[in-house]
Amino acid sequence: MSTLVFLEHHEGRLQKGPLGVLAKAAQLGLEPAGVVIGEGVRELAGDAGRFGAAQVYVADDARLAAPLPQPRVDVIAALVREHGFENVLFAQSVLAADVAAGLAARLDAGLNWDLADLSIEGGELRGTRAALADSVHAEVGWTRAPRLALVRSGTFDPVETGAGAAEPVDAPVELEDFSTAATMVEQAHAEQQGPSIEDADVIVAGGRGLGAPEKFSLAEGLARALGGAVGATRAVVDAGWYPYSAQVGQTGKTVSPKLYVALGISGAIQHKVGMQGSSTIVAINKDANAPIFEFSDLGVVGDVHEIVPKLTELVKQRKGA
Amino acid sequence: MKVAVCVKQVPDAAASRRIDPASKRLDRSGETALNPFDANAVEEALRLKETAGGDGEVVLVSLGPEQALDALRKGLAMGADRALLVADEAAAGSDLVATSYALAKALEREQPELVLFGQQASDGDGACLWAAVAERLRRPAISQVAELSVDGGSVRGKRQTEFGYDTIEAPLPAVVAVSDAINEPRYPSLKGIMGAKKKPQEQLSLAELGVEADRAGGAGSRTVVLALSAPPGRGESRRIEDDGSAAEQIVAYLEEKRLL
Ligand SMILES: Cc1cc2nc3c(=O)[nH]c(=O)nc-3n(C[C@H](O)[C@H](O)[C@H](O)COP(=O)(O)OP(=O)(O)OC[C@H]3O[C@@H](n4cnc5c(N)ncnc54)[C@H](O)[C@@H]3O)c2cc1C
Ligand SMILES: Nc1ncnc2c1ncn2[C@@H]1O[C@H](COP(=O)(O)O)[C@@H](O)[C@H]1O
Repeated sequence: MSTLVFLEHHEGRLQKGPLGVLAKAAQLGLEPAGVVIGEGVRELAGDAGRFGAAQVYVADDARLAAPLPQPRVDVIAALVREHGFENVLFAQSVLAADVAAGLAARLDAGLNWDLADLSIEGGELRGTRAALADSVHAEVGWTRAPRLALVRSGTFDPVETGAGAAEPVDAPVELEDFSTAATMVEQAHAEQQGPSIEDADVIVAGGRGLGAPEKFSLAEGLARALGGAVGATRAVVDAGWYPYSAQVGQTGKTVSPKLYVALGISGAIQHKVGMQGSSTIVAINKDANAPIFEFSDLGVVGDVHEIVPKLTELVKQRKGA
Repeated sequence: MKVAVCVKQVPDAAASRRIDPASKRLDRSGETALNPFDANAVEEALRLKETAGGDGEVVLVSLGPEQALDALRKGLAMGADRALLVADEAAAGSDLVATSYALAKALEREQPELVLFGQQASDGDGACLWAAVAERLRRPAISQVAELSVDGGSVRGKRQTEFGYDTIEAPLPAVVAVSDAINEPRYPSLKGIMGAKKKPQEQLSLAELGVEADRAGGAGSRTVVLALSAPPGRGESRRIEDDGSAAEQIVAYLEEKRLL
C-alpha cells in the first residue's frame, strides 16, 4: 500500500512526531515515502531516510516559507493524484490537522484523527481511536483509498531503521489563489525558555477554574511548598494569565513528574496528552463530571479556593516537621 | 458585516455519554446542549456586530437532528439574529467529508463575509472541520485564534501553535476558528431567552440544499467505526468529595504514596 507521510519541520529540523509515524509505517511494511514542504528544506529530505523513508518528495518554494496549511493541501493533493498514494499519514499538530482536513475535502477522502495506534488487518489499514474523552476505544477504518490519518502526538517513537539517506524527488508546486490568500504577519519561534518544567519532580498546574490571573498565586504557593514547578493549560495561557513556557499539553510541554496536581483543569484531550505520563495525578475540580477525574489517581471534588490554601499550609507544616 | 457561526448540538456534559453498540454511533437521545466551545464563536460574532455599532447580521448554521433547534435557541438567546438548521435523517452518521460538504452548501447559500467556528466539538474533538469547509468554499482560513480583529477588508488572528504565537492575516471573505480563551461568552438574559423563540429559525432538508443523497450520512462518509472496546483503566483511582477535610485527606494520600 503506497503511503505518504507529511514531514513537518521547524527551524531546520524535522519534528519527532512525523518521524515516529514514518518509522511506524516502515515497520508495518508500508514502504512509506515522505513529503517535506517549505523553503530551503532540501537538506531535510536526507534525514528522513534514517527513519524509514525510501523517497522524500521535496516542495521547495518561497511561497511555502510560512507554515500555513492551505498551500500544503495543494502540494500533497497533486502528489496523491499523480502517484496514487493509498495512505497519507500525519502526526497531529495545529498545522497537520488543518492540512489533513483540507486534503480530506479536496480528495473526498476519509480522515480519522486522534489515532493511538495503526495496524494492518487483512491487508487493510486500521486505526485505534480513543473517543469521548478516552472513555471508549474504537477500531476505525476507511471505506476506500486514499485514507488519511492523524496520529495523536507522542504515539510513536522515531526509531532509526538504519536505512541510508532518502532520495529527494522534486514535487511540483502549483498553488490555488485562495490557498495563498492568508499570510503570516509574524511567525512563532521557539520562545526563550522560562524555568524548565520538564525536569520537575512535582508540577502544580492551574487552569481556568482558578478564576482569575492573580489566583495563580494559589498554584505557585502550593508548588513552592511541594518543591515543584507551576504548569498551566492553554486556556489560561491564551487568556494571558500565565506564560506559554509553563503550558502543558499538545501545543505545550510534555511532562512526566512523580506528582502532578491539577487545579481547576477540565482535562481536555489536548491537555491530557501532555501529562498522562505522570506517576501520580491528583485533581481538584468542583465539577464531579470533569473528564480529568477519568485519569486521576486521586480525584477531589471541591473548590480550589477552599482547599488549596489549607493544603499548602498543611504541606508546609509536614515539610517543616 | 454578515457573520455565520457554525454551531453543533452535543450531548449535555452532565449526562453520561455512550456509543450505541449496534450503530456504533454516539447515542444522541439524552439531554443535549449547545457545544460549549461554540458559545465562544457566537460571542465573538456578537462582539464584532456590536463594535460595528449593531450593523450586520449574525446567522447560526448547523447540521444536526431536528432537536438541535434547542441548541440553536441558546445562541439566539445570546443575541444571534437567526438560525439555519440542516436537518435530515439521511445526514445521520456524516463524517468530516460529508459534514463539511453539507455545511459548505448551507454557507454558499448564505454568502457571509466571515464564517466562525468553535475550537472543537466536545463529542468528537476533531478540531479540524473548519479546514474542510474552507477548502470547499475556497476561502482562506485561520484556526486556533485567541485574538481576532477585523479591519476593513481583512481579518487578523493571533494563535498558538506548538512553537508559540503566530499572527496571520487573511482577506475577507474568510473562515476563522476561535480558541476557548478568546472571550467569556455572555449568559443569555431573560429577555434574550424570551425573544429567541420568535427569531427566524429555518430548517432545510439535504435535497432543499442541493446535497446529493450519496454525499451525506453513511453513504457520503469515508470512515467507519469497526469495533468498540473499553480502554485500559489507569488502575485504582480514588475519589473524595470535599466535606471540609479534603486538604487533610490529600496530605494523607501523598504521605501514603511517599510523595511528601
Ligand atoms: C489544537 C489544539 C491544541 C491544544 N493544546 C492544548 C495544550 O497544549 N494544553 C492545554 O491545556 N490545552 C490545549 N488545548 C485546549 C483544550 O482543548 C482545552 O480547551 C483547555 O485545556 C481547557 O483549559 P482549562 O482546563 O483550564 O479550562 P476549562 O476547560 O474551562 O476547565 C476549567 C475547569 O475548572 C473547574 N472549576 C471552575 N471553578 C472551579 C473552582 N472554584 N474550583 C475547582 N474547579 C473549578 C471547572 O469545573 C472546569 O472543569 C488545545 C486545543 C486545541 C484545539
Ligand atoms: N454538525 C455541525 N454543524 C455545524 N457546525 C459544526 C458541526 N460540527 C462541528 N461544527 C463546528 O466545527 C467546530 C469544530 O468541530 P470538530 O472539528 O468536529 O471538532 C465546532 O466547534 C463547530 O463550530
